[in-house]
Amino acid sequence: MKWDEFFVTGDPLIYGADVSIVLTMVGILFYLTKYKKWKWLWTEWLTTVDHKKLGIMYIVSAVLMLFRGGVDALLMRTQLAIPEAKFLDSQHYNEIFTTHGTIMIIFMAMPFLIGLINVVVPLQIGARDVAYPYLNAVSFWTFFIGAMLFNISFVIGGSPSAGWTSYMPLASNELSPGPGQNYYLWGLQIAGIGTLLTGINFLVTILKMRAPGMTLFRMPMFTWSSLVTMVIIIFAFPILTVALALMSFDRLFGSHFFTLQGEGMDMLWANLFWLWGHPEVYIVILPAFGMFSEIISTFSKKTLFGYKAMIWSMLLIAGYSFMVWVHHFFTMGSGAAVNSVFSITTMAIGIPTGVKIFNWLFTMYRGKIQFTTPMLWSLGFIVNFVIGGVTGVMLAMAAADYQYHNTYFLVSHFHYVLIAGTVFACFAGLIYWYPKMFGYKLNERIGKWVFWLFTIGFNVCFMPQYFLGLDGMPRRVYTYSEESGWGPLNMLSTVGGFMMGIAFLVLVYNMYYSFRFAKRETTGDAWDGRTLEWSTPSAMPPFYNFAKIPEVTGLDHFWRQKQAGKVEKLTAKDIKKIHMPSNSGVPFIMGSFFFILGFGFVFGWMWMAILGGIGVIGTLIYRSFEYDDGYYVSEEEVIETEKISK
Amino acid sequence: MAHVETHDPNTPLEYRSETGRLNILGFWIFLGAEIALFATLFATYMVLTHRIADGPALGELFEVKSLLIQTFLLLTSSFTCGLAVHEMRRHNVKGLMLWMIITLGLGLGFLYFEIQEFLHFIHEGANIGTSAAWSGFFVLVGTHGAHVTFGIFWVTMVLIQVAKRGLTPATSAKVFITSLYWHFLDVVWIFIFTAVYLMGMVMHHG
Amino acid sequence: MQRLKPFFTIGLVMAVFMLSGCSEMVVLDPKGPVGEEQKDLIMYSIWFMLFILLVVYALTAFIVYKYRDRKNHTGYDPDNEGSHLLETIWWIIPIIIVVALSIPTVKTIYSLEGPPAETKDQKPLVIHATSVDWKWVFTYPEQDIETVNYLHIPEDRPVLFKLTSADSMASFWIPQLGGQKYAMAGMETELYLQANESGTYKGRNANFTGEGFTDHTFDVMAMSDEEFEKWASETKADAPKLSKEQYDKLMLPGHVKEMTFSSTHLKFVNHADQADYALDARERLGYKSLVPHSKEAKERREEEKKKKQEEREESESHGDSHAH
Repeated sequence: MKWDEFFVTGDPLIYGADVSIVLTMVGILFYLTKYKKWKWLWTEWLTTVDHKKLGIMYIVSAVLMLFRGGVDALLMRTQLAIPEAKFLDSQHYNEIFTTHGTIMIIFMAMPFLIGLINVVVPLQIGARDVAYPYLNAVSFWTFFIGAMLFNISFVIGGSPSAGWTSYMPLASNELSPGPGQNYYLWGLQIAGIGTLLTGINFLVTILKMRAPGMTLFRMPMFTWSSLVTMVIIIFAFPILTVALALMSFDRLFGSHFFTLQGEGMDMLWANLFWLWGHPEVYIVILPAFGMFSEIISTFSKKTLFGYKAMIWSMLLIAGYSFMVWVHHFFTMGSGAAVNSVFSITTMAIGIPTGVKIFNWLFTMYRGKIQFTTPMLWSLGFIVNFVIGGVTGVMLAMAAADYQYHNTYFLVSHFHYVLIAGTVFACFAGLIYWYPKMFGYKLNERIGKWVFWLFTIGFNVCFMPQYFLGLDGMPRRVYTYSEESGWGPLNMLSTVGGFMMGIAFLVLVYNMYYSFRFAKRETTGDAWDGRTLEWSTPSAMPPFYNFAKIPEVTGLDHFWRQKQAGKVEKLTAKDIKKIHMPSNSGVPFIMGSFFFILGFGFVFGWMWMAILGGIGVIGTLIYRSFEYDDGYYVSEEEVIETEKISK
Repeated sequence: MAHVETHDPNTPLEYRSETGRLNILGFWIFLGAEIALFATLFATYMVLTHRIADGPALGELFEVKSLLIQTFLLLTSSFTCGLAVHEMRRHNVKGLMLWMIITLGLGLGFLYFEIQEFLHFIHEGANIGTSAAWSGFFVLVGTHGAHVTFGIFWVTMVLIQVAKRGLTPATSAKVFITSLYWHFLDVVWIFIFTAVYLMGMVMHHG
Repeated sequence: MQRLKPFFTIGLVMAVFMLSGCSEMVVLDPKGPVGEEQKDLIMYSIWFMLFILLVVYALTAFIVYKYRDRKNHTGYDPDNEGSHLLETIWWIIPIIIVVALSIPTVKTIYSLEGPPAETKDQKPLVIHATSVDWKWVFTYPEQDIETVNYLHIPEDRPVLFKLTSADSMASFWIPQLGGQKYAMAGMETELYLQANESGTYKGRNANFTGEGFTDHTFDVMAMSDEEFEKWASETKADAPKLSKEQYDKLMLPGHVKEMTFSSTHLKFVNHADQADYALDARERLGYKSLVPHSKEAKERREEEKKKKQEEREESESHGDSHAH
């Protein structure tokens, strides 16, 4: 590595990014110093172990990543709008679709959902925090550092360009030399550690920290979906860890797992990647299903239809998610028997998914449907996700898939499930729980504009792509010829893409507008909710969540209490002192060492990697010897916070 | 974060604090993830085991003597580790320390012979870059070895804490968790012994 | 419902607009039995999917309209939490649909493994298709000839493609003749295709292989048996022999024009057995793969751009240049 290659140069887009990064940094530093916010930042956020704050930090990072991934998408759409455009060259385009895919899945969809899970699940089960609050902070910081490491590739060293699937041998040293691919490996590896820890943390939290009386079959559906998701994470992420490590060995230490030399096996990478990758798509869709269940039930004013069937279908989907990975490469020539089996298992996933769709519809049946923005997103989900679902079944038919594979038909399918499923859920959940996080709702009128702009833009963008696929347009081409005839539909698609971009800006504007002008909530129950998170007296729960742990008697406990007019009011004698975990700066510091470690490996500077590694181990040892048992919040303080009159 | 301590004398020491109970459950789940991790490495090894390119076959270089010594050391260490936890439950700090230090000694012995064996293979012209098969071997067995190394450091740290603080619900839960980890590594070794060494030698000689 | 109306309208308009172009879409306009079989399966499935969409949309529209919150709301039942009958129905119907889709799928999967039924008595023409970044080498072992970036095949006769790759994983795809299959180094996969109409079809690599992927294409010319035989024997007689040096040069990443040889590369190497040949050849020729953002790489890219531009100008000045 030569120093003049350290910074990426020679492209106006990149200089623009450089300037904006520097300006943003200076701006933030200036703001923090001028308003004396450094201490606030450190004590309130960087060292927090509070699940609600960590959740908010996850969500803020995810929104930033949505912006970054979205800009990537619009750059691609601009390049593809007309035939033989010269806006981006091939290398640049390849980098952009690689970072778009990776960022949207790993650094946007997952943290967005994990953020919402962080905020909501402990509240929904009536807990004061997660099982391991400190570990939760470690999870966040490893995710955040992984994301930052991946993102700086844009300005330092160059971005990866082998696709988010990084098939070997294309991603090998010989065909993709340089730090780009290493960024992919180490960004994902470090973030993956955090995800695995989140999996363990929330599994134990949900299993062990539920309020008394909340049996498994009284848990809200979002908590159920989180539980199932965590189990998938625990079994899927180690596969990714190994796959990434093996490719790192191939690139750094000359091993031959997937290489052309030494009889390495490129097909093994594809198998390992999708053995993780397919469960991964269920990791990002199941929590979405859970959120829609909550929202549809709340705004239909009705119990969820077929609660148990919802759970069983989710468990079935989770099981199936590990048995279908081969459908990502039916065209590898595994033979008729293998392709037939995986065709059928894949189609079979459609059965429980279909059941869920009908259960959502019948949750609304005989309900009293209110068209709030979260509900609009949920209805939009049903209508659009079904399109993604049925085309998924079409792709599952291996013999037909030979014609869809690697085309825009596939691209459109997974955007229909990931956007109409996951992204719609992220928006719906964000708006739904926004008052829980910030104490006021987002403006509903602007919110509806966002919904219609985004949903229409989404369809205008992706519907044409099904037809482009059937017309033989392969994915990942950076341009196409005039005579291919793909021009008009591509232009249409680009228009839709920009509509989605505008919708995102309006959403951000809505955050600002509501921050300034929204009416502040006076109770904890902003939407006439059904589950425990709405039962806190104040709009934003205090750091200990519940002054008194609720006792649950059934499904939708809070709703039933309200119906019966029996909502308990806290009295001073209910209050006991509360044990809480202490804040810690160690997770943040550990994250910083992970950054050094990752950066060292990216450039092959072993001294730096070792230094970072020693730092990480040092923080582990420090934590092991630190016997911090947390602290107690006194009765007086709780009474004062809860404004209980004596 | 509940903070309830149980004082029922029939409850093992390590299960008496809420934190201890949660940590032990969490660690069991972590071991589930470790199983997925090693399963992936085993699958990789199995797929690649015949792809030896120009290098030697795997079974060609395996040596029974070194293998048996390593196996004996690690299996015994698992037994002594069990004894250590037994002593802990009898509140015998000295016994705990003694058996754990023996466990560590056996673990170090295992590592010594494993490193010797690796050096021998490298000397014979088989390293991580020789062929896909040898890459699979070194990374699978090496990951296990790295786990043992990490375990030795970890147990040492926990023993220092026991020496400093005595047996408390917190330290005893830590000892118990490290023992789970140690037994797990033993189980993984049994699979390595069978799937890598025995099968490798049978394929080659048999 | 009122609120959802624009949404449905837009969907409908778009669907009609795009379905009207259906017959021209290459995948639905096959020119051989393999593509035909796949098209039939696709159309069969599309009817099911449209039926599912119709059911879900009708149900959604009905429920959302009927049970929207309004004055004089009727039928509200907050504790209606399930129905065994209904739930059984919607477990069973999807199962039936999956079975109905599985049977033809499995049949077609098995059928595509062999030559098309209509010509299964004929001896298929064997062609080795080898992908090298970013070109296709086609070898006719029986005719002992080799072409680069174009393909001649006889019509009404099955062609057995033996696919492999010298480097990255590629996917061999001629949409109008049938679905794709991967070409991988150190592996040989097989794909039967057949053209029933003479004409020129587009073929390409469909699997991303890096910088030159977009132009990793070839033309397929289907012609009568006699024409094919004539072309093959003329090629055998007139085309130059392929030397090892020349073949090694083909191993360098990049694009080349169409080429024709009267001998094949199989006497030097079969990449299905020797995955590292191309990398060795590159080393022998002193080719260095460059970090994309290094100065040298940028210079190399500039040069290639210039070369491409010149080629384009040249071909424009010569008019349409289909040399064969």
